[in-house]
Amino acid sequence: MNSKTKNHEPLFHIAKRDTLPMYKSWAIRGLAILFALIVAGIVTMLLTGENPLKVYSTMVSGAFGSSRRIWSLLQSLAMLLCVSLAVTPAFKMRFWNIGAEGQVLIGGLATAGCMITLGDKIPNALLILVMIVASIVAGAIWALIPAFFKAKFNTNETLFTLMMNYVAIQLVSYFEMLWENPKGSSNIGIINQSTHAGWLPTIGNFEYLLNVLVVLGLTIFMYIYLKYSKHGYELTVVGESENTARYIGLNVKKVIMRTMLLSGAVCGIAGLLLVGGTNHTITTTTAGGRGFTAIMVSWLAKFNPIYMILTAFLIAFLEAGSGAISTVFGLNESFADIITGIILFFIIGCEFFINYKLHFRSRHKEVK
Amino acid sequence: MVATFIQRAVMQGIPLLFGSTGEIITEKSGNLNLGIPGIMYVGGISGVIGAFLYENSLAAPEDANAFLAISIPLLCSILGSLIMGLIYSFLTVTLRANQNVTGLAITTFGVGFGNFFGGSLIKLVDSDVPSIALTTTSNFFRTTLPFAGSTGWFGKIFLSYGFLAYAAIIIAIACSIFLNRTRGGLHLRAVGENPATADAAGINVERTKYLATCVGSAIAGLGGLYYVMDYANGVWSNDGFGDRGWLAIALVIFAIWRPSSSILGSILFGGLYIIYLFIPGLALRTQELFKMLPYVVTIIVLIFVSIRNKKENQGPQSLGLSYFREER
Repeated sequence: MNSKTKNHEPLFHIAKRDTLPMYKSWAIRGLAILFALIVAGIVTMLLTGENPLKVYSTMVSGAFGSSRRIWSLLQSLAMLLCVSLAVTPAFKMRFWNIGAEGQVLIGGLATAGCMITLGDKIPNALLILVMIVASIVAGAIWALIPAFFKAKFNTNETLFTLMMNYVAIQLVSYFEMLWENPKGSSNIGIINQSTHAGWLPTIGNFEYLLNVLVVLGLTIFMYIYLKYSKHGYELTVVGESENTARYIGLNVKKVIMRTMLLSGAVCGIAGLLLVGGTNHTITTTTAGGRGFTAIMVSWLAKFNPIYMILTAFLIAFLEAGSGAISTVFGLNESFADIITGIILFFIIGCEFFINYKLHFRSRHKEVK
Repeated sequence: MVATFIQRAVMQGIPLLFGSTGEIITEKSGNLNLGIPGIMYVGGISGVIGAFLYENSLAAPEDANAFLAISIPLLCSILGSLIMGLIYSFLTVTLRANQNVTGLAITTFGVGFGNFFGGSLIKLVDSDVPSIALTTTSNFFRTTLPFAGSTGWFGKIFLSYGFLAYAAIIIAIACSIFLNRTRGGLHLRAVGENPATADAAGINVERTKYLATCVGSAIAGLGGLYYVMDYANGVWSNDGFGDRGWLAIALVIFAIWRPSSSILGSILFGGLYIIYLFIPGLALRTQELFKMLPYVVTIIVLIFVSIRNKKENQGPQSLGLSYFREER
């Protein structure tokens, strides 16, 4: 009888953990990254036949090897962080904004539009001001459309924002042909190459420093906004429980629209920095998948802007490093995505061991 | 002209139909799998790898055995997408990770996997062919029904497709019957609506979610295989599959979670996808605006469905949430 009931007891059972102390949860994450790097190393070894240590050293030198590489790492870190900051308030509100890609593109398109149509017609300072306003407004509107329908009719925001990405991509594609330069090339080329009208100023000789500083400012702003402001508190309540929010007298619709407005506006700034600050042109790939990667960055950091610097750094490092692997070992550039994917799987999976614990079937018999 | 348009629309629609049927099965179990675009890439490239290795092992293309030439890529494709489905289910069902994040990671990985092997397969096996063009295999996949050429517009619209196209429609109908007419389908829907109630009723929630997600992934992966082998004549080009995976997810909503409606929906989407080719006198840039149509239509449907707010038109209630028995 006893043995029979015992057979029904599963090998282990899962229970929710109390909050782990911070050093423990970060130790688990660190361990997951370590495992992930080992697996990624093995995969690379199988495909290239290279010594894994050499693979890792290539990754590190690819990311930090020269001051040029460090700056370009900082730039990709800053841009990824900027988009991640943008999506964070929405996620904290449990609004799955996966349309950051489109919001960035529209912000960039507005910037490019100003540069092309107003370049050399108005003073440069005024032009830059117009660009800033236009990009923020454009990004905000692009985010506000799904937010309005979510607030009013509870329309599924995940798919709405996703579809808005492709509408934005096609719009950019249309304007690329409308503003093509030279004629027949189907792309815009460097805007105002001779006059530099509308190019955001560079600080000293550092091409990317302005972007890094702006994003740093945004990070601090977002941290304070989410943690200490009334708005931040309200959107957290809406995220935790809409019913509670309604009960304490919050205007849920207003909070949703306001938060998405902010989310889109920051995406617009990312578009401004990309088009006005560094690329000086726009293509359909200007956002470069950051809208999607940002979701993972934000989620991995538990929606905390300060941790996000770390997680964005991790992803930016991986991209730069595996990019170096693919050039050095003559692999296709998509290799970076495979490595990033593997590491993400491990990091996503390890959250389980932070939130839950396993109780294994105890071996000792129960005392009667 | 009209017959050609319909034929092209169907051929565009079939990958979407595979993708959306797979995603409907998955979503009905409560898993919102945003990894479908990646899984379709994996399905496509796995089939390509299988076919490539098979064709390379032959002395001459004429030696190809029809059965092997079809079943090897088919099995490879199913295996590849099944593994992706397993990874997704393990992370979201067993480890209860966030479904959106996991799905996006699967898509990153899958698209990278497809483009990586598509770009370096030749180099990895030290072959001397200039590019991956699996014409022999593709010809088997493209074999049409008899009389397709001799029956005019009728043959063109109804008989002129490879067997996978008919398989897509049969699978969609079968899934529709399974979901609405069988006990297994009822259990599946119960898990998606309210896993706690389903659990209390004795349904194994984890197993149902695993099964639905893996079968759904395998079906979706076939869409990738159809695209390469039939639509693209066996030629793999990186990023050639494009954003069809996302369109397939959009189609799920368009079809309001009904596989049978997604048959017509996919053909309609396929038509919208290529309509710019059939409207004379469009400037190149205006064509870009026309390519927006499928997405705009999806948005309109999305809004319309939510405004009408009818119970039977909504998605599964616990879509996107992981289930933990001890949680209240």
